[in-house]
Amino acid sequence: MHTEFFKALGKAAAVSAAALAMVSGSALAQTAQPFTIQIDGSSTVFPLSEAVAEGFQGQTQGRVRVTVGESGTGGGFRKFCRGEIHIAGASRPIRTSEMASCASAGIQYIEIPIAFDGLTVVVNPSNPIRSMTVAELRSIWNPTAQGRVTNFNQVNSSFPNLPMTLYGPGSASGTFDYFTEAVNGTARASRTDYTPSEDDNVIVQGVVGSPGGLGYFGLAYYEENRSRLRALSIDSGNGPVAPSHASVLDGTYTPLSRPIFIYINAAAMRRPQVNQFVQYYINNAGASAERVGYIGLPASAYATYLQRAQRRTVGTAFGGRQAIGITVEQLLARRLVQTPTSD
Amino acid sequence: MSAVDVAERGDITAHPPGLATRRFKDASFIVWGIVATIIGLGTLVALVSELVHDGGHRLSMTFFMSFPSSDPEIAGILSAWVGSILVIATTAAFAIPIGVLAGIYLEEYAPKNWMTSAIEIAVNNLAGVPSIIFGLLAVGLFVQVFDLGQSILTAGITLALLILPVVIVATREAVRSVPLEIRQAALAVGATKWQATQHHVLPYAMPGVVTGVIIGISRAIGETAPLILIGGLTFVAFLPITRPGDAAFEVIGAVDEYGAPVTPDATERVLIDHDGVVVMPDFSEMPVQAGQTYDLPHGATVQSVATWSDAVQSWAPQNWLGSEFTVMPIQMFNWTSRPEAEFRELAAAAGLVLLAITLLMNGTAIWLRYRLRKQIRW
Repeated sequence: MHTEFFKALGKAAAVSAAALAMVSGSALAQTAQPFTIQIDGSSTVFPLSEAVAEGFQGQTQGRVRVTVGESGTGGGFRKFCRGEIHIAGASRPIRTSEMASCASAGIQYIEIPIAFDGLTVVVNPSNPIRSMTVAELRSIWNPTAQGRVTNFNQVNSSFPNLPMTLYGPGSASGTFDYFTEAVNGTARASRTDYTPSEDDNVIVQGVVGSPGGLGYFGLAYYEENRSRLRALSIDSGNGPVAPSHASVLDGTYTPLSRPIFIYINAAAMRRPQVNQFVQYYINNAGASAERVGYIGLPASAYATYLQRAQRRTVGTAFGGRQAIGITVEQLLARRLVQTPTSD
Repeated sequence: MSAVDVAERGDITAHPPGLATRRFKDASFIVWGIVATIIGLGTLVALVSELVHDGGHRLSMTFFMSFPSSDPEIAGILSAWVGSILVIATTAAFAIPIGVLAGIYLEEYAPKNWMTSAIEIAVNNLAGVPSIIFGLLAVGLFVQVFDLGQSILTAGITLALLILPVVIVATREAVRSVPLEIRQAALAVGATKWQATQHHVLPYAMPGVVTGVIIGISRAIGETAPLILIGGLTFVAFLPITRPGDAAFEVIGAVDEYGAPVTPDATERVLIDHDGVVVMPDFSEMPVQAGQTYDLPHGATVQSVATWSDAVQSWAPQNWLGSEFTVMPIQMFNWTSRPEAEFRELAAAAGLVLLAITLLMNGTAIWLRYRLRKQIRW
């Protein structure tokens, strides 16, 4: 009985192997695999790239494939500088170390700021606090506050006597990098006695669930949870400004507005499919950004960047450093530098 | 025991000392046992009902047959479940033969010495290695050294390594549980060691082996971490295989591996059957109309519609092993971290599908084990 079972199994295997061989042997018509544009990088940029890739594939009816991954800004640059992907999404400018590794691999990049994001500080709606100065935020989040600043009234005597429960992104996130540098002055310097999560929805849940909750994340997460959270207005010296599309765009919501980027492999731009896709990306970035919760740049900015892409002007405008509180005008005025600066 | 002993103990039906305590312990064990069971079961029930509540209404044919999208209303898991199936098939193709052979060798053939013990310890430890470590290994070895790319093949081999210890250990246990007398009887009538193993040990060990394999594979289905590391993608809106009716692309004339025509100046007269564009060898696009005939240079790409034979051809492993892919858990992971609440409904629905697949596989394991056991007559 068993030998029969195995014999039958063996026969089935032989037949399917033969069928496979026949099928693969009969490759008469040359069926071509469509060219695949590979994008990876920041999970912040992911929704935007996804929306654009979707539209582009619809437009080209499958002649060109686009894949989007989310290995994070750092992971994306690693793949980008090894030449494994055509486009890297980044929630911060390329770092000096990444510039060096791209340079050593002979990979040149075209830097395109593709939209703006407004980092939003949120509290529980029952919290009477409406706004905070950057200094107050610093007194909460700086490393020396660890274990000491645990009540809102320690930050400002006019604040209520309310124990604080802090939530924030984990240290692997580009949002964490930006916020710590913008608020504490040093990238990645933060108190660590808060509940970190790579998933912003967890931060939302945390702040919704605790009266003394305070956390920060991208504007998109606040807009989806408007009814359950309150966004603090941020005062950087010119009075409190609430995060909104308008205040991010006109540069008054500072220093928590940040540009997000795509980096294009300059050699890949010679491929017509990549060129076509990049054009489509820049032309549709504004509309797609609004749809996924980011702030599109003015049309003039996109026109400049389209030109930059078409001329394949390589280099970064940031010299490996974060640009804190940069406005759209300042962004456009920046000069591109190709090699890492030594300062 | 002699009658004298009984007499010395007196009336054995009388309550011995400490009985109340022991009875209490007995009863409280039952209570704690029930509590433990309820905690386990209750968590599962809560989890499943939460998933059903959140995502149940999103389960539909469209959900299964649509690609992921930035619009939650039309997003689906097509590329994810097809990707999962292809990756798992690859995993099984590597893990089953290697795992079962290694298990049989270690149990039946390997001499009992320090080498074998070392291998045994290594295999057992391998089962406890976190899956992300296998991802790191895969990136370093398969992606970068062997240059297999971020492909289904890489993913399949990685997951195969991950579940290998499970398969090996299950095979060994199953083989070990076959009574020695069966082997001795076979050897006594002149069978070789392999004949005894093939005809007598293996059939009886089959239920255990099958169970081990399926448990291993259900673990592989849910794995996310190593696949994200080797580049399992989140947005893949195409399938590694072709369906009949899909857009297909045909290259005119013979081309080399880079897509350049072998005879660059040759042209061919082609009847176009779909409105669209033809991509020329220099990548410029030429609009074409259905029903018209065009002189096309070799190397040009024409859009057509895949026939059944195109589709069947695309199912041959060499045509999809190198493809980019996404799998169910990666798709789910992406949806849970999106700001829009609708995506979390999709994540819950995808979770239900994943749960159903795992349940189905475990059910199959139980059924197979039952079937195979019934056939066993010692």
